[in-house]
Amino acid sequence: MNETINNIVKRIGLPRLIIGLLFLATCLTAVMIDLPFGLIVSDILRRFGMFGVLSLAMVPAIQCGTGPNFALPIGIICGILGTLIAIEFNLTSPLLGYGFISAIIISLPFAVLSGWLYGLLLNKIKGSEMLVATYTGFSIVSFMQIAWVTLPFKHPEMRWPIGIGLRVTVSLASTFGEVLNKLWGFSIGKVYFPTGLILFFLACCAVVWVYSRTKAGIEMSAAGANPKFAAASGINVDKNRIIGTILSTFLGAVGVIVYSLSFGFLQLYLAPLYMAFPAVAAVLIGGASTSKIKISHVIIGTFLFQGLLTVAMPVANELVPEGNLSEMLRVIVQNGIILYALTRIGGES
Amino acid sequence: MAEDYVLQMKNIDKEYYGNKVLKGVSLSVRKGEIHGLIGENGAGKSTLMNILFGMPVIHSTGGFSGEIYLNGDKVDLKSPYEAMKMGIGMVHQEFMLIPDFTITENIKLNRETTQDNLISKVFRSDRLKTLNTGSMAADAKKALNRVGLTIDEWVTVAGLPVGHMQFIEIAREIDKTGLRLLVFDEPTAVLTESEADNLLSAMKRLAESGISILFITHRLSEVIQIADNITVLRDGELVADRKSAETNVAELAELMVGRKVDLKGKEKQSREYQESEVILDIKNLQVDMPGEKVTGVDLKIYKGEIFGIGGLAGQGKVGIANGLMGLYPSKGEVIFKGEKLELNNTKSSLERGLAFVSEDRRGVGLLLDSSIELNIVFTTMQTKGKFLKRFGFFSQLDDAGIREYAAKIIQDLDIRCTHSQQLTRQLSGGNQQKVCVARALALDPETILVSEPTRGIDVGAKKLVLDLLIKLNKELGMTIIMTSSELVELRSICNRIAIIFKGKVAGILKASNSDQEFGLMMAGEYQKIEEDGEGRLNE
Repeated sequence: MNETINNIVKRIGLPRLIIGLLFLATCLTAVMIDLPFGLIVSDILRRFGMFGVLSLAMVPAIQCGTGPNFALPIGIICGILGTLIAIEFNLTSPLLGYGFISAIIISLPFAVLSGWLYGLLLNKIKGSEMLVATYTGFSIVSFMQIAWVTLPFKHPEMRWPIGIGLRVTVSLASTFGEVLNKLWGFSIGKVYFPTGLILFFLACCAVVWVYSRTKAGIEMSAAGANPKFAAASGINVDKNRIIGTILSTFLGAVGVIVYSLSFGFLQLYLAPLYMAFPAVAAVLIGGASTSKIKISHVIIGTFLFQGLLTVAMPVANELVPEGNLSEMLRVIVQNGIILYALTRIGGES
Repeated sequence: MAEDYVLQMKNIDKEYYGNKVLKGVSLSVRKGEIHGLIGENGAGKSTLMNILFGMPVIHSTGGFSGEIYLNGDKVDLKSPYEAMKMGIGMVHQEFMLIPDFTITENIKLNRETTQDNLISKVFRSDRLKTLNTGSMAADAKKALNRVGLTIDEWVTVAGLPVGHMQFIEIAREIDKTGLRLLVFDEPTAVLTESEADNLLSAMKRLAESGISILFITHRLSEVIQIADNITVLRDGELVADRKSAETNVAELAELMVGRKVDLKGKEKQSREYQESEVILDIKNLQVDMPGEKVTGVDLKIYKGEIFGIGGLAGQGKVGIANGLMGLYPSKGEVIFKGEKLELNNTKSSLERGLAFVSEDRRGVGLLLDSSIELNIVFTTMQTKGKFLKRFGFFSQLDDAGIREYAAKIIQDLDIRCTHSQQLTRQLSGGNQQKVCVARALALDPETILVSEPTRGIDVGAKKLVLDLLIKLNKELGMTIIMTSSELVELRSICNRIAIIFKGKVAGILKASNSDQEFGLMMAGEYQKIEEDGEGRLNE
């Protein structure tokens, strides 16, 4: 009996089990205290699509052996930059996805360049990638504070009407805000299904999955899994780590564009600072470890983690009206899961 | 009489996730006896020892059934610490010594003799007492003497030869008071032949002094030489209990493997080859491989031969193959198939038709968390683009092709696994090695470099691997360059054997040369004699 329970726990994985049960419990509570469940489900779906690509950005980083990409803000800033430029030059025709496609295309060269430079850095500090990544992320966000004030963007929608610099949040209502959510979107009762958004996320997953099964993809995961083995097969390990970092950075850029699209606003300044953490936590909940990850981990993890946060917020507010319990819950779950995952090596076999 | 036994294990059953690894195994060791425990890899020896030591891995996987008696009393060992307190010691295969500590400190670690000082008296803490270095050194000296190691006890462990480290481990175990049973887990695997002899005589002395010894090994002649009784395990079952006086190597090998093994091995011949057609011409090769430095090797290897590279550990024999494959920085000139081989470029070495089976199976040879089939096809996929389906400019894994190829080679090499998608981490050492060989073969190479192909493999698998090499040589005309520490093995299949000493070729011998010649050459004495003109030994 004990053994079967142990086996089940092992098969599912402790993080998935805990978060899964917590998710179910909050869902039940939400139903019991008569919260508008249709709205909550819509919200879960929206946030699932919104955060999905950011979580997906962890895949190439973990596969190439540099560990969870805590320096995701680098990619995020590339995405923001791409979006700003797309809006600045009015590349927002319907053909360009109201700026969505142009933003992705413009962010690509930034992501490749910064991913490459950051990859060079990672190759010099093998073994302490995660720590260095975290601080690289922090530094780059701080550096960009200056850039947001000084970059010569002119578009009235993103400049402060008075004073200098860019606004803290730039509305995307007139450009590509929510275009994916509305694409083929439909309602069942009170549940709104953002078809385009979910499809885009799943398509990105498919692309990454297909890539991981190409010659280059296998090469990259071998370089990550056992650098000595890869070297003995004539593989340039450092090059593959750089490729993985570039891919992760680019996915981070796409991720933040999708995130902003669904959110309706582009967030500058301090917003990117902590964006890597929910993404890392999501894949770790999904069953990934710091050295192994599958696409299924991304999908399951993002759904559970974002689902839990979405439901917990109204439930917590209902049960404890005073204070900011749901936000505290988010921080505890997110950082707790990261801490848990970092203390153990292995994950699902 | 039960009291005569130091250890009795009765009807031990153990399963891992529904897979029975021990089936009703019993083992009894008398006082002062050397008891041999032999079996193939995966026969259940390690599991049995894990049970004896109460290792956590046993309890976390559902425990075991059966009974253990120590000195006639039933015991329930829950942790290695308890086992240690009950007087069971272990000499590990990998040394557990702290390099920067002296021999004394290593031997007395956590069992230091101490004396009171002011602070320890004030705080009434044992942990703050001063070390009594004099008595510690005396204890260490005594223990070292008992194992027959004449070395100063204040020397640091770092840099000592492997053989010495083994003796220090043993000294540490016998220094523990109340030690009744000492387990040796393949102690001679890493030792040279003379070191192994020393170890065996030390074990005998220990047994005479009343300590029982459980001796786990692959080397059958050693077990016959020193053990009183021998227990043979096969596939988790007790196959036989023999008195060593009443058995012989051939019978043990047969019991262990369960099929007839021709241990002596007739002189196996490789295919005919022309001494004129040089496939690999190595000139002044220098390889900077830590611990196995090559300082200038010249070799000519003929097409179609099986060439052996031997020598003692640390002399550089392993460095040659690693250098040729570009895994460690190398200098020199290598002509392969008439063209210059680009050094320090693994990819080009592979593409030119050199394949490599690494001596470091788990470190370099395998992707432990990937499937067997991916391990087998990986290098071929990367260097030759096979096992891929092409869609214009991008490619996808050819699952069906990989599975088909893997199934065939798994059968050919008799890799024992549940299916080809099993992770290589879950395989036993011998089967892992076969996966490594399979990976090299998938490249369809013209020349294959095999380093220590039989290290840590059981007798049956060893024979299979060696037979396989001969078959590849005879049927496919493959040139094979085998590096091995086991001279017997080299002599059983190689045409010529180069002995490496201090990073250089000490000489090239034929398998038929005498033991003495091999011995002298490995010890670096050969040239001296030749220079003195005392013995003209032909090459």
